[in-house]
Amino acid sequence: MTLSLALEARDLSQLPSRRDEDWRWTDLRGLIRELPAPSPEVSAGLSPGPFGDEGEAELLVVNGRVRGDAGLLTLSDGEARVVRLRFVAATAATGHGVKLAVSLAPGAHLTLLESYEGQAPDYLADAALSVRLETGARLERIVLASDHAEGVSVSTASVSLAPGADFAQTVLTDGARRQRLETRVEHPGQDAKVRMDGAYLIADRRHADLTTAVNHAGTDGTTDQLVKGVVADQGRGVFQGRITVNPGADRTDARMGHHALLLSDRAEVNAKPELLIFADDVACAHGNTVGALDEDALFYAQQRGIPEAEARAMLTEAFIGEVIDRIVHDGAREVARAWAAKRRAG
Amino acid sequence: MLSIKNLHARVEAAEILKGLSLELPAGEVHAIMGPNGAGKSTLSYVLTGRQGYEVTDGTATLDGEDLLSLEANERAARGVFLSFQYPLEIPGVPAMTFLRTAMNAQHKARGEPEISATDFLKRAREVAGQLKMDFDMLKRPLNVGFSGGEKKRMEIFQMAMLSPRLLILDETDSGLDIDALKIVADGVNALRSPDRAMLVITHYQRLLDYIRPDKVHVLAAGRIAATGGPELAHELEREGYDKYARAA
Repeated sequence: MTLSLALEARDLSQLPSRRDEDWRWTDLRGLIRELPAPSPEVSAGLSPGPFGDEGEAELLVVNGRVRGDAGLLTLSDGEARVVRLRFVAATAATGHGVKLAVSLAPGAHLTLLESYEGQAPDYLADAALSVRLETGARLERIVLASDHAEGVSVSTASVSLAPGADFAQTVLTDGARRQRLETRVEHPGQDAKVRMDGAYLIADRRHADLTTAVNHAGTDGTTDQLVKGVVADQGRGVFQGRITVNPGADRTDARMGHHALLLSDRAEVNAKPELLIFADDVACAHGNTVGALDEDALFYAQQRGIPEAEARAMLTEAFIGEVIDRIVHDGAREVARAWAAKRRAG
Repeated sequence: MLSIKNLHARVEAAEILKGLSLELPAGEVHAIMGPNGAGKSTLSYVLTGRQGYEVTDGTATLDGEDLLSLEANERAARGVFLSFQYPLEIPGVPAMTFLRTAMNAQHKARGEPEISATDFLKRAREVAGQLKMDFDMLKRPLNVGFSGGEKKRMEIFQMAMLSPRLLILDETDSGLDIDALKIVADGVNALRSPDRAMLVITHYQRLLDYIRPDKVHVLAAGRIAATGGPELAHELEREGYDKYARAA
């Protein structure tokens, strides 16, 4: 059951619903009553995306159609590149899906600046990325989702790693009418490394779902995850994080942290952190907190002369800053910082 | 400078201050001493505008201006500074960034120009030097992982930088060893001036050996039970608060 199947088959019953355990907080079947017309081809020029001109190359995907050379996402041995990958929904009341592959040969290094841009209301957009990293390959994926408040968007990345590969990602989103950003990683252990971070800043009636699953199949793997969220108004944030350590995946080191701030009585966070451990010799930890802004810290800042609204903004920005500081690519980190400063809900 | 008249305040349902009156003229240092639960910290929070502290009667004015109707940050901009008993940790915000934000907010509220980054840094280096602080500490997130002594020093640092007119020190000696206490007291004493006033809240007389008060007030059961010179602090140290607690 996926949005992509429903769009392809033009069959509403293929939509995931709250009956699917993995989708119970991001119900699509209850939301979408009718499938919209397929998105048309658009040839008009587009304004720059959120990453501006960071990096060396750009791959545009408009209304589910690839413009340019999808080969930019295939790197040969030892090759290094910074690519902007932009998924643009450009036409109101239409739907589209796209599938792309990212492939890194041994020792290749890709920085992927991926954006989801909703330039029209009321679309259904699906994107599926299949990612393969060979031995010693490195991918840093920074996802910035700026969907339309009335858009519905699902992005799924399926990542498989060879031993010694290094996969790091940071997903940043301010939600949509309904939005899910999902990442699934097949982790071979054997010194492969995974960092899987995220930040959601949700206001109004927007919804964002960050779902991740990491499956440790071999020994000596690490996974490090830090997800933080700030939800205001009637926004809703969903975090589902699952790390599975399979039998025999000894000496796995897995850490998961999810922390959220609720800035209003009607804001909502649904969190389901799961560590499923079937191996003996492992170091695993997880922490999950959902709370309000620290009133003591707020008073402290006000006592020093900082007005309440500014103090709130400063504290929430600092809260999210911990995630942003972990982005390795300098330009992307600054874009992320500016994004958080602009969207800091007050 | 600070004039408190018949101040009544409560926290939730409990009345903590029950008719407290106090005159603190510019240039003077007054100590407030009292047993636990007498209302010492409540007084500092009521004066600085913390939420949850409800004033039910009485007045508190700073140079004739009603303090109690102002927001906490507005009071700070008027020159009210509270050195916290337990300074807060602010993860993710470097001490310098925090303080510069505070300083510029105060300047803005007073209609003064922003302080330039260069002037700010220059002054910060100067003051850090006086307080024998490691300058690199100011680049770290405010108070995160600092020892008790470092946190208190950071309070005095902020105080010296912000140059307030009314200084309230809430149990500044708690958690300090004798060397740290001396450094902190020197920092406070350096701020004594004819146009500043200080309220030193403390449970023990020890701090007052280093910050010499002009007057000592005994706070018991929500009001001032006695006022005297520095000798009163020594008497309290010898005899305890019993007689005031009983009289109240």
